[in-house]
Amino acid sequence: MTDQRKADAHIVHKPRFLSGHAMKIPTLRVLQQNGKVYKDADLPDIDETLALKIHDTFLFVRALDERMLASQRQGRISFYLTATGEEATDIGSAAALEPGDVILPQYREQGALAFRGFGVERFMNQIFGNERDLGKGRQMPIHYGCAELNYHTVGSALGTQIPQTTGVAHAMRAQGQPNCAICYFGEGAASEGDFHGGLNMASVLKVPALFFCRNNGYAISTPTHEQYAGDGIAARGVGYGMQTIRVDGNDVLAVLLATQQARRLAVEEHEPILIEAMTYRLGAHSSSDDPSAYRSRKEEDVWRRKDPVARFRHWLEAQGWWDEERENAARERHRNQVMAAMKAAEKVPAPPLHELFSDVYASPPWHIREQEENLTAHIRRYPDEYKKTAWRLGDE
Amino acid sequence: MSDINLLQAVNLALDTAMGMDDTVLCFGEDVGHFGGVFRATSHLQEKYGRERCFNTPITEQGIVGFANGLAAQGMRPVAEIQFADYIFPAFDQIVTESAKFRYRSGNEFNVGGLTIRAPYGGGIGGGHYHSQSPEAFFTHVPGLKVVVPRNPEQAKGLLLAAIFDDDPVLFFEPKRLYRAASGDVPEGSDALPLGSAEVVRSGSDITLVAWGAQVQVLEQAADMAEQDGVSCEIIDLRTLLPWDRDTVADSVYRTGRLIINHEAPRTSGFGAEIAAAIQETCFLYLESPIMRVTGVDTPFPLALEKEYMPDHLKTYEAIKASLHY
Repeated sequence: MTDQRKADAHIVHKPRFLSGHAMKIPTLRVLQQNGKVYKDADLPDIDETLALKIHDTFLFVRALDERMLASQRQGRISFYLTATGEEATDIGSAAALEPGDVILPQYREQGALAFRGFGVERFMNQIFGNERDLGKGRQMPIHYGCAELNYHTVGSALGTQIPQTTGVAHAMRAQGQPNCAICYFGEGAASEGDFHGGLNMASVLKVPALFFCRNNGYAISTPTHEQYAGDGIAARGVGYGMQTIRVDGNDVLAVLLATQQARRLAVEEHEPILIEAMTYRLGAHSSSDDPSAYRSRKEEDVWRRKDPVARFRHWLEAQGWWDEERENAARERHRNQVMAAMKAAEKVPAPPLHELFSDVYASPPWHIREQEENLTAHIRRYPDEYKKTAWRLGDE
Repeated sequence: MSDINLLQAVNLALDTAMGMDDTVLCFGEDVGHFGGVFRATSHLQEKYGRERCFNTPITEQGIVGFANGLAAQGMRPVAEIQFADYIFPAFDQIVTESAKFRYRSGNEFNVGGLTIRAPYGGGIGGGHYHSQSPEAFFTHVPGLKVVVPRNPEQAKGLLLAAIFDDDPVLFFEPKRLYRAASGDVPEGSDALPLGSAEVVRSGSDITLVAWGAQVQVLEQAADMAEQDGVSCEIIDLRTLLPWDRDTVADSVYRTGRLIINHEAPRTSGFGAEIAAAIQETCFLYLESPIMRVTGVDTPFPLALEKEYMPDHLKTYEAIKASLHY
């Protein structure tokens, strides 16, 4: 143990305060809104197959979000949360990862999960909380998770996944896996103490983790200037001694490029990386709020013109990989698949009563078994009052 | 191993677990080279390297969040919280995350490998922030296990069980016994069962229940009562969640009387849960009301610590009151 501070390295004799805005962190942008690449820009590793997969995921998420928000308005589901306007952040970064890399989401990263191949049926089963939901109907809509796809189950609490990512990444390094963990969070969640604990530990312990901030302008109704005073979230990475980059979050090529390089550093050098993607949440925070109460239509329109999906489509068309006809066909296909899956999922019954009690522990202790027996007996007495579960309790 | 203290027993359990399984990691504030402020992790870094026993920055929420991530990825982390009094920054990670990881994911993910160790309790002149017994905050949380050992042998066997258990375990160590309690500890890697209480003294007139350092207090009080011809049965609960109701109830069926002793404040302490469950189970067998001898409902004091503690004299008086009800 030694003191390695180098406290005498740079001595001055007059007081000089550093401004909190002294450091201006630039923003990486590769693609212009018209789909043309800046002439001096670096390009990510991308071929036609990957490009079309990214675009197809864009179109799927648009179709899913549009339909499910409408379903919430119709009262078919209790809650929904769209990613409209910021799809390039999670889809572009997920496209830079290997399947063995573990994703720890916040809750607005349905694009990353779709990119991994979750499939519309599994989305719907979770949203409807039916007996086919991998989460066994235990969480509100949009709390997806899938071990097979290395996508941790969403929890509603903000920022708790951040120090967990440090732990997952540390385990990967200990196990000698050539992988990294990636954590998504918003600029609002970055105000939580877990952000500080998680990033500081990651830097000190040197773990292969990517901390990916979707800075989308609002935490529910709170704009960023009421969330932080410094130069965004990226400035903090430098304070932690962490390699940091800011990207245009509406430019999927920039996000892909930054994340590919970050992943290389994380896996090969065991370095944690902070990526701040600047984007805009075009929709509401969730189906439970109305943005017209806290921001102007005019502001939204500015960002609507920066649509990440249209920007990428222009580029795809310029490559000769995409056209109007294919676009229309793909949109139609996704709309139909979402509708069909939704209609199927809403007919699937709720999980059986036993799933209320399973998985609290690896195996149920006596008190939980006793409570299950008591509740089962009670429901048998009032089957009409507990229709979801009574019908399949069977005979005693 | 003959005559080692409770701290050495904890160290031995950690050493044994790390030797058996490469996925066991020990970390926390000052845990690495220094071996922890109480020296529970002494020499583990020397023996197993910095990758498996290491210091962390001072961030309890970071430490437990990190441990949750490790456990989710298949490791068996043993996180030390330097004092149980400082566990509260990690409360969210424990209650919102560790406890619900398996349930909320439909068993897609779990943090069953997690153990959190923390020294708890009074008797060392530590004032508010080095003396509390926060176990009841955690016994209210489905998905956690809560374990408290009473002596070196128990500490080794129960800690080994906690580390290799497939659910997250909070392991509270009675710090006033760290060096005060010594005894023989078996060699090897045998674990003691979780969720199982132990009758440490058989008796016929009254049942006394406690855990951790308060078991000794019950023994002192029972010795005094024995002079009066009263035969006390003493039960060490060992695991508070899930607790062993049957062992307590079987005893109360025979004695008809029950006293619960804990250091934590009375209101909503774990004694309340035991009292409620035992009156439901044993109502027609009870000869007197179930009584609690506990800390008072104040923050933990300093100068008046002796007055605060639910000691053998208060327990002895409760025994007499129960018998003469």
